[in-house]
Amino acid sequence: MKLQFKKGSAKSAVVAFLAIIFGLLAGALLIAVTGSDPFTGYAYLFKGGLMSTERIGDTLATSTPLILSGLSVAFAFKTGLFNIGASGQMLMGGFCATAVGLTLPLPFIILLPLEILAAIMGGAIWAVVPGFMKARFNVHEVVSTIMMNWISYWIIYYAVPAYFKGQFLETESRAIPDAASMKVNWLTHLFDGSFVNLGLFLAIVAVIIIAFILNRTVMGYELKAVGYNRFAAEYAGINVNRNIVLSMMIAGALAGLGGATMYIGNASNIQIGILPSQGFDGIAVALLGANSPLGSMFAALFFGLLYSGKGFMNAMIQIPPEIADTIIATIIYFAATSVLIERLVNMLRFRKRGQ
Amino acid sequence: MEYVVEMLNIRKEFPGIIANDNISLELKKGEIHALMGENGAGKSTLMSILFGLYQPDNGSIRIKGKEVRISNPNVANDLGIGMVHQHFKLVHNFTITENIILGIEPKKGLTLDLKSAAERIRLLSEQYGLNVDPYEKIENVSVGMQQRVEIIKMLYRNAEVLIFDEPTAVLTPHEILDLMKIMKNLVAEGKSIILITHKLKEIKAVADRCTVIRRGKLVGTVDVAATSEARMAEMMVGRQVSFKVDKSESKPGAIILQVENLSVLNHRKVLGLKGCSLDVRSGEILGIAGVEGNGQTELVEAITGLTRVESGKVLLKEQDITHLLIRERIEAGIAHIPEDRQKRGLVLDYTIEENMVLEVYDRVPFSNKGLLDRDAIRNYTDKIMKNFDVRAGEGAESFARTLSGGNQQKAIVGREVELNPELLIAVQPTRGLDVGSIEYIHKRLVEQRDRGKAVLLVSLELDEILNVSDRIAIVSNGELIGIVNAAETNENEVGLMMAGVRKGESN
Repeated sequence: MKLQFKKGSAKSAVVAFLAIIFGLLAGALLIAVTGSDPFTGYAYLFKGGLMSTERIGDTLATSTPLILSGLSVAFAFKTGLFNIGASGQMLMGGFCATAVGLTLPLPFIILLPLEILAAIMGGAIWAVVPGFMKARFNVHEVVSTIMMNWISYWIIYYAVPAYFKGQFLETESRAIPDAASMKVNWLTHLFDGSFVNLGLFLAIVAVIIIAFILNRTVMGYELKAVGYNRFAAEYAGINVNRNIVLSMMIAGALAGLGGATMYIGNASNIQIGILPSQGFDGIAVALLGANSPLGSMFAALFFGLLYSGKGFMNAMIQIPPEIADTIIATIIYFAATSVLIERLVNMLRFRKRGQ
Repeated sequence: MEYVVEMLNIRKEFPGIIANDNISLELKKGEIHALMGENGAGKSTLMSILFGLYQPDNGSIRIKGKEVRISNPNVANDLGIGMVHQHFKLVHNFTITENIILGIEPKKGLTLDLKSAAERIRLLSEQYGLNVDPYEKIENVSVGMQQRVEIIKMLYRNAEVLIFDEPTAVLTPHEILDLMKIMKNLVAEGKSIILITHKLKEIKAVADRCTVIRRGKLVGTVDVAATSEARMAEMMVGRQVSFKVDKSESKPGAIILQVENLSVLNHRKVLGLKGCSLDVRSGEILGIAGVEGNGQTELVEAITGLTRVESGKVLLKEQDITHLLIRERIEAGIAHIPEDRQKRGLVLDYTIEENMVLEVYDRVPFSNKGLLDRDAIRNYTDKIMKNFDVRAGEGAESFARTLSGGNQQKAIVGREVELNPELLIAVQPTRGLDVGSIEYIHKRLVEQRDRGKAVLLVSLELDEILNVSDRIAIVSNGELIGIVNAAETNENEVGLMMAGVRKGESN
């Protein structure tokens, strides 16, 4: 496959890079205010994510659900939809996968594909409902996907204690058997006991497939046409409503898969009362990644690094882990105001030429 | 003579194109100065520089003899330069007063002082004969009125120099006359006007002097009264232009499109087209004449499938297509040059090549088993761009957004003609284009006719209808008033019918 880099992508990369730099600078200021040395702080932050094979594995695993939720949001964005419900879709996908894993006593090689399928379907169904509502009744997807988040939240709240109650705790499901987990021995050994798992490969494959769909296929052409200009799409005889539903379905499937990588990959059970924040982080990932599949993957890896290093930073020099969250939030701010950064880049270039 | 604005030796370069190459423009106080050039000649760039949106790479600007640096539109505002944009920048659910004071709201203590603002607007409106009601909401007023609101907005900000960017493109013939009157009032009161346009008639009617630019270069500044239209057209295009469409007698063949007793609801859910019947034969151009909003849109949308038919039938080559999907109609042989090229005609964030296959991307050779064939698409695009003289900075890979209006339109015309349709529907195909492009597109329409296609031409420009069509159908208030032969009619007769007077009724 010929990967295409259009003119826009170099610029987006620069903007994303600058957003990260500014975010880190702002974070340095915060660290300094809390009375620590920013350089030491950052050193520990990145060490915490990268200093050993095991930690690198953990970082990759932390990034995995983010890659998929970011991809989900980015894909929907590309087709003109704002999928704010990746969280609920992840939860539903993860729940379906967990349910299959806990119910069917099958060998790994059969069980895992079934779990993945269940996760994809769960997420897809959770997104098709808002997609259909948008296409048929023009209900805005931001509203309906948020509502779907809460529906999944309460369904899991009820269903987990009712059907899959944990051995000791009411608030989480039983742990899935080894045969139902995405963790495999060779990978765990390769990364010195890290919790990295097959989910990472699923995420990478998803990135490639989505990039391929968007750039090379008739389906991607139609989806983007609808997203960029639905009036022109309608004029050309493209079925706008069908594409809206299809787009949401694929976005939901991606988020659902992301849920599986969380609940039967990184973890081995599902808790009640928690909407996975990774779903919302997906919005930030997509934003920083300029809605491109590859960009989202790199953005997710970076966020994963921050998330996985913040504990270590806190343990070593008492910088509260909230600082890492604040840095992420600041980066999102800068990414969201990418127009300003673009203007800054243009201004610098202009000055240089003026001299 | 004192100049209010002097732009001297302005140069501005964009990647791959020199938009302005050493252009000078001098505006006298109290004159209407036309700035004329083809689409993409660099008019908008030059005015954007004056308005502070771009910085020139070279050259200087003087306002009332003093050299200035206009770094942003606020500076331009302070210098008394105001621009009436082609696409209005108004808040629709605000009143006219609220729109005008937006950004410079007068305050009385902590509250808005709407009353005194409205009073000032009323005075300005009287002074310049604008007839604006300060308390009306924008969503309730006509396009012509919205434009006047934009004008008052500038006057309210004490603009001395007003730039009009193709102001008549969105107006009806009657509104154009009103606007011309307003412009004359403005200069009589001491304002100076730069009028960006490529319509020679308008320049002849109102302008004192005219600066012509072509492909980024200055051709010259002429005295309008002493220069013929033909001469100005030649300056603009760089060769002689014929205003008359060159065509032979039509040889109508079999009926291609048949519309039977067609009624269509408009977007306000009332009948926008009432019981219309007409047919178009192969080898002829049927023009639809009418004032905007008299059923043309409904007719076209019903034929192309963009809207549902209330009653009646549409037949293409005797096949009933009334209930076919849009794509099925395209495949049956309908091509459609849409009225709004940016809304319907193009996906602006797609490249030209992606736009050129908008209706055929799912056919071989452009795709195979669901995969796009970029090479086939590129070849197809190159062919269209060459055949239809579409110019773009980066060829087939240019984003549609970056093309000038004329080139966007040529690309659409090329795409639709290349579909090799039975019926070509062209709605306002030359709206906002310069004489060179108009001539070119008219030629292509006639060429399609001569190849035995049926052409349905919808236009608000009476000249275009009279010049290009073989037969003319006149609609008024959603009804078909009559059909006349173009060779046997004149502007007067068609004009009367457009006003709803049936043939033979008047005397």
